Amino acid sequence: MTDIVKDMAKSAGGHPMVRAEGVHKSFGLAHILKGIDLEVNPREVFCLIGPSGSGKSTFLRCINHLEKISAGRLWVDGELVGYRQKGDKLYELKEKEVAAQRRDIGMVFQRFNLFPHMTALENVMEAPVQVKRESKAVARERAQRLLDRVGLGDRTGHYPAQLSGGQQQRVAIARALAMEPKLMLFDEPTSALDPELVGEVLDVMRDLAESGMTMIVVTHEMGFAREVGDSLVFMDGGVVVEAGHPREVLTNPQHERTKSFLSKVL
Amino acid sequence: MTDTVDKAPAPSVPPEQIKAIPVRHYGRWVAGAAVIAIVVLIVIAFSNANINYDIIPDYVTDATILSGAWHTLYISVLAMLLGLVLGVILAVMRMSSNPVTSTVAWFYVWFFRGTPVLVQLLLWYNLSLVFPVLNLGFYKDEMNQVMTPFLAALLGLGLNEAAYMSEIVRAGIQSVDVGQTEASHALGMTQGKTLRRVILPQAMRVIVPPTGNEFINMLKTSSLAYAVQFNELIKRAQDVSSTSLAVVEMYFVASIWYLLLTSVFSVGQYYLERRYARGSTHSLPPTPLQRLRKNLRAFTSFRRPEVTR
Repeated sequence: MTDIVKDMAKSAGGHPMVRAEGVHKSFGLAHILKGIDLEVNPREVFCLIGPSGSGKSTFLRCINHLEKISAGRLWVDGELVGYRQKGDKLYELKEKEVAAQRRDIGMVFQRFNLFPHMTALENVMEAPVQVKRESKAVARERAQRLLDRVGLGDRTGHYPAQLSGGQQQRVAIARALAMEPKLMLFDEPTSALDPELVGEVLDVMRDLAESGMTMIVVTHEMGFAREVGDSLVFMDGGVVVEAGHPREVLTNPQHERTKSFLSKVL
Repeated sequence: MTDTVDKAPAPSVPPEQIKAIPVRHYGRWVAGAAVIAIVVLIVIAFSNANINYDIIPDYVTDATILSGAWHTLYISVLAMLLGLVLGVILAVMRMSSNPVTSTVAWFYVWFFRGTPVLVQLLLWYNLSLVFPVLNLGFYKDEMNQVMTPFLAALLGLGLNEAAYMSEIVRAGIQSVDVGQTEASHALGMTQGKTLRRVILPQAMRVIVPPTGNEFINMLKTSSLAYAVQFNELIKRAQDVSSTSLAVVEMYFVASIWYLLLTSVFSVGQYYLERRYARGSTHSLPPTPLQRLRKNLRAFTSFRRPEVTR
């Protein structure tokens, strides 16, 4: 994506899609995130890479409040995630308010997490019908269109167990898109797939990026990051070690830690 | 599967089917003979007993016995329904992050599972000892009038069952992958919606088999309701035997009905399990009939070699 488009988007909305300021996260004694600062602009494909345990998945899960942050501030589309600020006091949001925030943020998981008791079509229809109270006819029509878009228009009646990993992940992407989100989170979407199935999922993601969706992608697919990504962040030990344009970071890493990581995965 | 070792497709000649002599299962014949011998011995022993078998068929369809079987059936169904609904509520309470509700649920299970159901039945029946008058504000009556044998049986059996059901439901809910909850939440579904639409339907696969077990148990445990004067099968059998003086024979009659009821519900449970197996396996498990046929085939395979895939 060109910088001009990005600048246009920025000036139109006036604020980044995601903004993190000094985000910390601890699980008991384990300090996973140690102060993350970053901005993701609208229509941007933002890649997060790093060794396992570096906190990249945890940070992703903080963005839609699947994890509560311990310190710092996190905004999505100008709105504080999980809290309401009044004066200098923070109030926790109620369950329904958190759910309302999550509606606009799609998420794709490493292990798909499709609903196994529903067909592909029912999986995609579920949230619009149950959360948005959309009519079944409207939801079914959109679900069919989305499954066509991810190349599974002929698999609508299949249960997840009858689909390959790559097909399941594409259904999962369609399911997230059915809520018409303004932001999509991908948590290692191809890590649980057979190597020969990775391509079909990346193709769908590339197509989605070209349509202008804002995407944050935790990935080990350096090729995808280089070709599709607009920004790339290398995380290790709960901090951002290096950030920049994917091509620059991947071909000319500045930091020793980045160099040693990339030498192992590239 | 296609064989791709050689490049040549050569589909024209079908492979020769293996016609090996199967392993001889002599053990099956020995065990079969032993079982038949034991059964014959038991039948002889019972037929020589001092029991008047001739009157049993007449009493199976006796009006008093029939009404007892009907009472047993409907108190079991109603108590089970009460136990199921309350059990789901208790399971959810138990897993709630609210410390008050989870503690209440814990104590409920602790108490109702820890005391004999007979004591609980008698306690409900004699509730007037604690509350002589029932006063609900809009309704006021003597407790002895309100606490009929039916109500005492329903509450005693149902509330006891709820304690067991809550543990079964909790196990079912916990068996569902946590990723399912996360996916639902990420889509903007609330906790309640997630439970109803995503978690419980999947938990049913784990919940149904032990629940069928519980129901079959309930059919027989309901016989304890004779203690609160509820006219179920055992009480009716005793009523009949007090006039006919055929005590053991009447218990046989009752047992025939218990066996009949449990058999019918075992079949029902099987089909319910198939219903909730949707999407979890590539093919549904065989029906009892299909399984029977398969077992017969396996047994006769001694004679007829069967070529499986």
